[in-house]
Amino acid sequence: MADIVAPAYRTIPIIPALKPGAMEGKGPFVASEKLNEALGFPGQLVEDWHDKVIAKMGDMLSKYRSFRVFMDACVHCGACSDKCHYFIGTQDPKNMPVARQDLMRSVYRRYFTIPGKLFPKLVGARDLTREVLDEWYNYFNQCSECRRCSVFCPYGIDTAEITMAAREILDSVGYGQKYSNEIIGKVHKIGNNLGLPGPALIDTLEGLEEDVKDATGIDVRFPIDVKGAEVLLITPSADFFAEPHIDSLIGYAKVFHATGTSWTLSSMSSEAGNFGMFIGNYDQLRTIAMRIRQAALELGVKRIVVGECGHAWRVAYSFWNTLTGVGDGADANDRFAQMLQKQLDHRYKQPAHICEFTWDMIQDERLTFDKSKNDKHIITFHDSCNVARGSRMGDMPGGQFEIPRNIIKAVANNFVEMAPNTTREQTFCCGGGGGLLTDDLIDLRVKGALPRMEVLKNAVDEHGVNFMATICAICKAQFTKVMPIYGFDRKMVGGVHQLVSNAIQLGPK
Amino acid sequence: MASTVFAILFYLATLLFVVGLLYRISTYARTPAPLKIPTTPAPTTTGGVVLRMTREVVFFESLFKANLWTWGMGMLFHASLALVTLRHLRYFTDPVWAWVEFIQPFGIYAGITMLLGLLGLWARRLLVERIRYISTPSDHLMLVLLIGIAASGLMMKFVAHTDVIAVKGYFLGLMHFNVQVLPADLLLAGHLSMVVALLVVFPFSKLLHAPGVFFSPTRNQKDDPREKRHLSAWAAKLESEKN
Repeated sequence: MADIVAPAYRTIPIIPALKPGAMEGKGPFVASEKLNEALGFPGQLVEDWHDKVIAKMGDMLSKYRSFRVFMDACVHCGACSDKCHYFIGTQDPKNMPVARQDLMRSVYRRYFTIPGKLFPKLVGARDLTREVLDEWYNYFNQCSECRRCSVFCPYGIDTAEITMAAREILDSVGYGQKYSNEIIGKVHKIGNNLGLPGPALIDTLEGLEEDVKDATGIDVRFPIDVKGAEVLLITPSADFFAEPHIDSLIGYAKVFHATGTSWTLSSMSSEAGNFGMFIGNYDQLRTIAMRIRQAALELGVKRIVVGECGHAWRVAYSFWNTLTGVGDGADANDRFAQMLQKQLDHRYKQPAHICEFTWDMIQDERLTFDKSKNDKHIITFHDSCNVARGSRMGDMPGGQFEIPRNIIKAVANNFVEMAPNTTREQTFCCGGGGGLLTDDLIDLRVKGALPRMEVLKNAVDEHGVNFMATICAICKAQFTKVMPIYGFDRKMVGGVHQLVSNAIQLGPK
Repeated sequence: MASTVFAILFYLATLLFVVGLLYRISTYARTPAPLKIPTTPAPTTTGGVVLRMTREVVFFESLFKANLWTWGMGMLFHASLALVTLRHLRYFTDPVWAWVEFIQPFGIYAGITMLLGLLGLWARRLLVERIRYISTPSDHLMLVLLIGIAASGLMMKFVAHTDVIAVKGYFLGLMHFNVQVLPADLLLAGHLSMVVALLVVFPFSKLLHAPGVFFSPTRNQKDDPREKRHLSAWAAKLESEKN
């Protein structure tokens, strides 16, 4: 940790020169036998990995149109080549999105196309060797699946899809990544990513009720496992005790309190995050999401609301309806989905983001704020990649950008934007997403944060920004860790509902 | 002799082109897209998706956001290629359609701009470090092939005329399975050989970006996952097995 230094800011953000091999062998720790086997993967790299990898690749090509089309469609135009934060921060050419894809595409060409079988050298096709496999492990674990490259690709090629396929293939031969597989194991065993058992969770929530009472004099409840509550809140488990996450949890509770909404958490399903997406495994993605369905059915709730978490919101918004039926519009004869959809109240969006919930309440004038409570902050907003490029809020495309900003402007007086080519759908990843938020990747995480830190520095210098709001648990944890390395105060980062919490008026109106 | 050889080549190449492309397209169409993955913000209606796709295919919208140089060169090449191809319809129609007649002069200039676009794209591939790094030999050869086709075509127009009446007779004949005499002309033979090569490599190469873009889930999916349950056949099977 001592030798980790932040790369220098670029005065003009020019495209970096290439440093081949800069990040070779800097991948994360490999998962242990125990971790892999708990998820049904082989404990360690299997003997016949070569044939198994090719077979698995063929299987994936027949199951995912994205993977199939993306393997063929790339013309090496280079539109994506300077768009990845990890490339900008590390200068390793294999962190260019197109080059990362080519690690896989070269093998695809060799085994699945005629030119690659006949003239491998000509078309850049390679045999699958142990070196190639190690390279996959290394570089597909240096992608945060943030989809920024997919915004710029003329064919919409999304490197995240290829990274997910690669990790799925690697897991299938026993070459998984420690951090992600460990976390998925905890969700199955304990119910959340942080391994916080039910009794500890209940204790924490009781403590929070006391804290809020001390600070405001008002009995704000943090209910859990309440049958018949209207709203089930599914939030990242970091919200239960990590800083600054917990301040946003207090914010959600205050919003529910002030609007008189009956709500509950679930001890069985105390995690919004779904690392099944990060490892590209449909079964894991589905099994983890099924806990939310189960909790909703058992508690009999009418609405499901999701807390501040980027990838969780992508999974909830884009995938839950497919995976578990949490949503609307299932066929009348789709018994699996109808069972749940009949229970939910479709006057509201299912699932809803906590920002959608709060913004609706603000528009209905059911919340009042003392904006001056946030006057010590000059606020900017960091769009989180999975929210920005993999989901939506509200009725209009782009609502995922407007709604959080509208909330900030409703609860605070000082808001400024960062540079336009680094916000909204062009936002830069925090550097820790996609299953890379682990200390064994701290070098990569610090370097990957460079583009965001550069524009934040500008906003600080020009506008005196001293608070960067974001709605993602991973962004919050990543920034808290890397910002001090860039010379910022770690307390500069926080949630949107932390600002809501500061300004909300709870007493009689 | 040459007439017969080219006739066989053209028939085979066209067959390979059509069958290969249809096979590839059917593979794309048959492969399910199990999850909703449009790159957002994305349109929420079918009409919106058609508009997004049109902007992507006609104006290269995403590339425009990415890099103005690549966009400019790519646009110049593709628009010119479209005009040049349409101009060539005159070799396959008799009488020539009025609008094909109308675009003839533009088609000629387009030959020049097509060459310029290709040279620009190649310069980028050779001179920009990042693009050079990601280029395979086939990337360069593809540009050489297209440059060859454009250059030989322009040479026949501006340097050494070929007997275009006879060329037209030959292709009209081919369309009716009646092999006429092709003028013996080295430039023409080169031009036609390269076109044959292009037809053959099309379904096996990165030229598949042309049909591929229409099947790209990040671009052709509606953003409506909460409103409509999206379920692929293989994913639905998991439900019936486990529940």
